[in-house]
Amino acid sequence: MTHILLGIAIILTGGMVALMLGRIPRLASIVAPASVLLGSIASAPPITRTLIDRSSPILTANWPLPLGRFSVGLDPLSAFFLIPILILAPLAALYGASYLNREHDRHRIGAHWLFFNLLVVGMHLLLIARDGIVFLIAWELMAVSSFFLVVFDDRKSDVRDAGWTYLVASHIGAAPLLLFFAFLGSRAGSFDFTGMATVTAALPSGSPIPSLLFIAALIGFGTKAGIIPLHVWLPEAHPAAPSHISAIMSGVMIKTGIYGLIRALMLLDSPSAAVAWTLIGLGIASGIAGVVLALAQHDIKRLLAYHSVENIGIILLGLGVGFLGLSRGNTVLAIAGLSGGLLHVLNHALFKSLLFFGAGAVAQATGLRAMNRLGGLLRRMPWTGFSFIAGAAAISALPPFNGFVSEFLIFFGTAAGSLRGSPSELTLGIAVLGGLGLIGGLAAACFTKCAGLVFLGEPRSSEARHARETSLLMRLPMLILAILCLAIGLGAPFAFRLVSPAVESLTGLNETALAATIEGLPAILGRISGISLALIALAVLLWSLRRRLPARHLESASPTWDCGYAAPTPRMQYTASSFATPLTLLFRSFLGTHIQGKPVEGDFPADASFASHTPDFGRRWIFEPLFRGIDRVLAPIRLLQHGRIHLYILYIAITLVGLLIWKVGMMP
Amino acid sequence: MTTLTVLLALTGVLLLGSSRLSISIRLVAIQGFLLGMTALWGESGFHAAGLSSGLSGMLVKGIVLPWLLLFVLKQSGARREIEPFIGFGASMLIGLLLMGLSAWIAWRMQLVEQGLSPALFTVALDLMLVGLFLIITRRKAITQTLGYLIMENGVYALGVGAGTEFSFLLEIGVLLDVFVGVFLMGIMIFRIDREFEHIDTDRFIELRDTASGKLPVEAGEGVR
Repeated sequence: MTHILLGIAIILTGGMVALMLGRIPRLASIVAPASVLLGSIASAPPITRTLIDRSSPILTANWPLPLGRFSVGLDPLSAFFLIPILILAPLAALYGASYLNREHDRHRIGAHWLFFNLLVVGMHLLLIARDGIVFLIAWELMAVSSFFLVVFDDRKSDVRDAGWTYLVASHIGAAPLLLFFAFLGSRAGSFDFTGMATVTAALPSGSPIPSLLFIAALIGFGTKAGIIPLHVWLPEAHPAAPSHISAIMSGVMIKTGIYGLIRALMLLDSPSAAVAWTLIGLGIASGIAGVVLALAQHDIKRLLAYHSVENIGIILLGLGVGFLGLSRGNTVLAIAGLSGGLLHVLNHALFKSLLFFGAGAVAQATGLRAMNRLGGLLRRMPWTGFSFIAGAAAISALPPFNGFVSEFLIFFGTAAGSLRGSPSELTLGIAVLGGLGLIGGLAAACFTKCAGLVFLGEPRSSEARHARETSLLMRLPMLILAILCLAIGLGAPFAFRLVSPAVESLTGLNETALAATIEGLPAILGRISGISLALIALAVLLWSLRRRLPARHLESASPTWDCGYAAPTPRMQYTASSFATPLTLLFRSFLGTHIQGKPVEGDFPADASFASHTPDFGRRWIFEPLFRGIDRVLAPIRLLQHGRIHLYILYIAITLVGLLIWKVGMMP
Repeated sequence: MTTLTVLLALTGVLLLGSSRLSISIRLVAIQGFLLGMTALWGESGFHAAGLSSGLSGMLVKGIVLPWLLLFVLKQSGARREIEPFIGFGASMLIGLLLMGLSAWIAWRMQLVEQGLSPALFTVALDLMLVGLFLIITRRKAITQTLGYLIMENGVYALGVGAGTEFSFLLEIGVLLDVFVGVFLMGIMIFRIDREFEHIDTDRFIELRDTASGKLPVEAGEGVR
């Protein structure tokens, strides 16, 4: 336990030192990433130990705050969620050190590193918190520091707007959490997690309180995780933030929402079937809506942000299936669902960060995020290109990459656990299999579009034509992540062992019972790895054959046959919207895409134009009307805020004198 | 002692009625001197315990700060308080009401049993309220600084009224606080005057957030 606190202290100190070194940005960009790396190495041993021997150390101390105690600890669940942080925080720092090394950012680099390190500290502290107050402090630390990271480029008005959206969303999310912890804490008499866990068990059966608490936790943690329709901040904040920040926010930070939700469910007694069904429903909705909205995007980072919503959906789906298995006593369902959902947490952290790193490299090399102006980058940026394509294959759940393993676990568990079960379990099976299949197919389509437009074909703009490969410091993290994605795909049985401690602690099964329930699973996972390996071997074989063939030397570049049309341009290639049109047309009533422009008319068309924009439905149909309503109700109060300092002081004076007179008048 | 208290109360009322800024500053200086004297002559004549705080009070409140404010006043070129939100006559009338309120509170608090002087307590409370009143109703930033200073004088008088257990360190702390506060305000007024070519605080309204949430610079209005 002290190792982790030491790690936190190192990272915190590194951030402070980087702030003081703000005038020498080069040095600050060495100190802060180095401290993050050192801190992560320092925290690693106890986490590994907990994963191996399932120990749950805890450390408690009094502090001068009036509420709560400083109580931190580790258990398999925390340890598992710490893995992606330990891997990604140093990689993102390394990437950021090179990404930010531009002239006009110089004066802000010190503060940027302070907030980066604070974000990492906040996430560490959140995962080891064993006290409601520590948890909330870490939660706010995380929210506020990430806000400052998002508004790094605060001279752009769209970045400022995105920052506000994020800040407001964070606050809307934090309010129900305050209620949640305040209620449990006041009932239990202490903010300690072990004390809070006894509260709901003591309530009479049929009491609505556990459901209300569950809803509070769902809104609070769901806002952070990006569950539909609370996801509105993701598509705003991720494109606005620097890419290593998008990577760490999307890869790791939103997972703290999932962690919090699981932790809250553990505090609230064992989850009921209704809770599980809610999670499954939200999971399917988030998954499908996320991927459909992603299909309609033109901005590469916005597209990736919507895919985070989709993957959070998959994770929720897995967890929902697992909790349903728990409430029904169907252990196969429970184990496969939970391990699939949890493994997807790690997998998504790896491949989504990889994709954001790739998008950032492209954005830095070309200055563009609009896919319609990119193209042909695979020749110009081969390292970035192949890493991005590996990430795209992983997120589309294609073997031999890691995404396939976690989604396979959910598929397998649902099929094995539900198809022989009761009618309601059968319904579940069909819903999950259908939903997950649809999500996977659409995701593959979306990433074909994304990777194809950006890396294949001809460049659609001069910026893309003159792009250069990025620096070694930015290539290295991408390469490491791509290798990790492949490694989990190839080592599926090992990956399953990585999640089993957390699954054991959630299901209450021990190691042997767990192994007995799912006898065949490790063997099947082993077979997946074998087939994946064979696939890779085949690809390598074909590639080396291709190299030996003489056709390579006959390679030449010539224009496509153009039917006599003499002026083809690269802009006549597929665009982001035209590629996705067949699919977006299917969902047009849901997407509500605005299309503007002058269509092509007549035999000799004059200039024509086309522009499409897909608004976010959550923002448009839920939050905008909500905030307009609040604004209308509260508008009269604006009169009080008129900017006249004299009257502000008068308010204070009247209050104070009034209180004084009242108090003195009440005296005996 | 009683004479000093009455004189202190008088400066409060006069401050409410004075429109010339230089006169106001001198009145505050006199008030500072009177407070120092009050600390020196306790309830029962001269006492040595109040020597340090009394003398340092006189020095800071009676000489240094008024001198600083007079300097700022000369730099800014403002002469008199123009169009206060509440007229000078009405202000003096309200001043009397405030003193009545203070006296009522002093009476309700039953100070005599606690060994405090009701007269000094009344004046202390009155000075605090007068300072607050000046901050609210006057336009010039320099008068607002004076208001702040008068409020602090009230706090100081309360300390003197509480007697000898009012520790030396605490008084020095309050003095330092006042000194730094007024010093900063002086600099601020100087800067504001240079930037806006006036020191009217009611025109600071230009600095507020606009209803649209845009920065005034972007919306093309307000600050130059």
